[in-house]
Amino acid sequence: MIAHKKRVGMEVSIAVSHAVQLARAEAIAAYPITPQTHIVEHLSSLVANGDLEAEFIPVESEHSALSACIGCSAAGARTYTATSSQGLALMNEILFITSAMRLPIVMTVANRALSGPLSIWNDHSDIMAARDIGWIQIFTENGQEAFDHSVMAFKIAEDHRVVMPTIVNLDGFILTHVVEAHELMDQETVDRFLPELKPYHKLDIHQPVTMGAFAMPELFTECKMAHQEALTNSYGPILEIWQEWGELTGRHYKPVETYRTEGAKIIIMMMGSLAEVAEAAVDAMRDQGIPVGLVKIRLWRPFPFADLRAALAGAELVVVCDRALSLGGAAGPVLAEVRSAMYPLAVKPQILGYTVGLGGRDVQPEAFEELVRHAQAEVKQGPSQEFYIYGVRG
Amino acid sequence: MSKAWDQVTWQEIEIGGVLTEPGSARAYNTGDWRSSRPVWDKTRCIKCGVCWTVCPEAGISEDADGYFDINTYCKGCGICVKECVTGCIKMVVEES
Repeated sequence: MIAHKKRVGMEVSIAVSHAVQLARAEAIAAYPITPQTHIVEHLSSLVANGDLEAEFIPVESEHSALSACIGCSAAGARTYTATSSQGLALMNEILFITSAMRLPIVMTVANRALSGPLSIWNDHSDIMAARDIGWIQIFTENGQEAFDHSVMAFKIAEDHRVVMPTIVNLDGFILTHVVEAHELMDQETVDRFLPELKPYHKLDIHQPVTMGAFAMPELFTECKMAHQEALTNSYGPILEIWQEWGELTGRHYKPVETYRTEGAKIIIMMMGSLAEVAEAAVDAMRDQGIPVGLVKIRLWRPFPFADLRAALAGAELVVVCDRALSLGGAAGPVLAEVRSAMYPLAVKPQILGYTVGLGGRDVQPEAFEELVRHAQAEVKQGPSQEFYIYGVRG
Repeated sequence: MSKAWDQVTWQEIEIGGVLTEPGSARAYNTGDWRSSRPVWDKTRCIKCGVCWTVCPEAGISEDADGYFDINTYCKGCGICVKECVTGCIKMVVEES
């Protein structure tokens, strides 16, 4: 049964904090950083006003924020934090420890460029620098998706078949600071969807365990393999939980989303809010008779190899848009992943990559038409570069 | 974990590497690290137990007669030699 069709206008950051409130987070430790600030600011108000029964721990840094979250989660509390850019970078060493300890913490990352030069604006360099942290990583495209995934992330992270910290990415400013129409949920429905956290392991004086123990060379590889398998195998439960949400709300999510890919010879790819702009571009190109479609990766980790290959089957040219650079390397992170996923196939498309929209640089729909034309010309003459930076002057 | 470390498979690793039984460090013979060991001269030992008290790794045990000797956890740091009241302990290089 599909209920709650009423749409409410609110800033996406507020919708995300509302989702965390509905999820009944019990512990929140966070440090404010633009453009994540409104999320934790609102959560701290909710706690202060007694509208959310949680421990809000104001800390002196993001390193401490995630460290405090580890303690809370290890003690068995449903734990949440949010950060951005430099904050995520400052968490770095703790990010790896959180996932190795398999603590089901949920974090929102309001994606923002990493300094320098100092920039508060949006791109994906923050999360791409944390690509290999071993968390589940989800990208959202608009406010509704950010709300939905913020609730679902708890259920995914805490599922006993998963037990993995989970990041929900949303583009800084472009999403965090805009007012959008959201279909919200009532508490009762969310409570039914997301029951009370049952920690897989927790610190308990009556049943003591050791968490965060070291591993000698004889065991380290086995620990990593266990983590790798668990992250890869979280794919099934993630889909199951998204399916359940779809049945509840009518909003269905897939690891790889497609838009007008029927009969498409050319595919444009990206992650995050830019996809909504690209949809307009695809519509315009389709009107001109160009057989172009759009493929968006929603589930970045675990990487959905089979879904991607299925989505790109039949494509002759794939234009991958990255919102980060791998300086001195051969490709942006998304391009590298897509090329790597497609390489073993006997029949594979030409795959060209463009880094776009760095540090808040606006990307208009016309940009995608330009990219397609450029990529077609490059394929014809043989690619002149490993990848291209779109719109750079000089 | 009752198995030897180098026999444990990845499937047997508890979620998050959590140790559900206490005392797992017992299986880790840190004495392997040792390049020299303290040796007691029993004729000069007064059984005061200062060596046992100052050992940072619980690497010294008392025997039935009240004398002291190293166990499998002694890393050979030499603090006992430095602190021995009568000077009855000396470090001897491990030959094997």
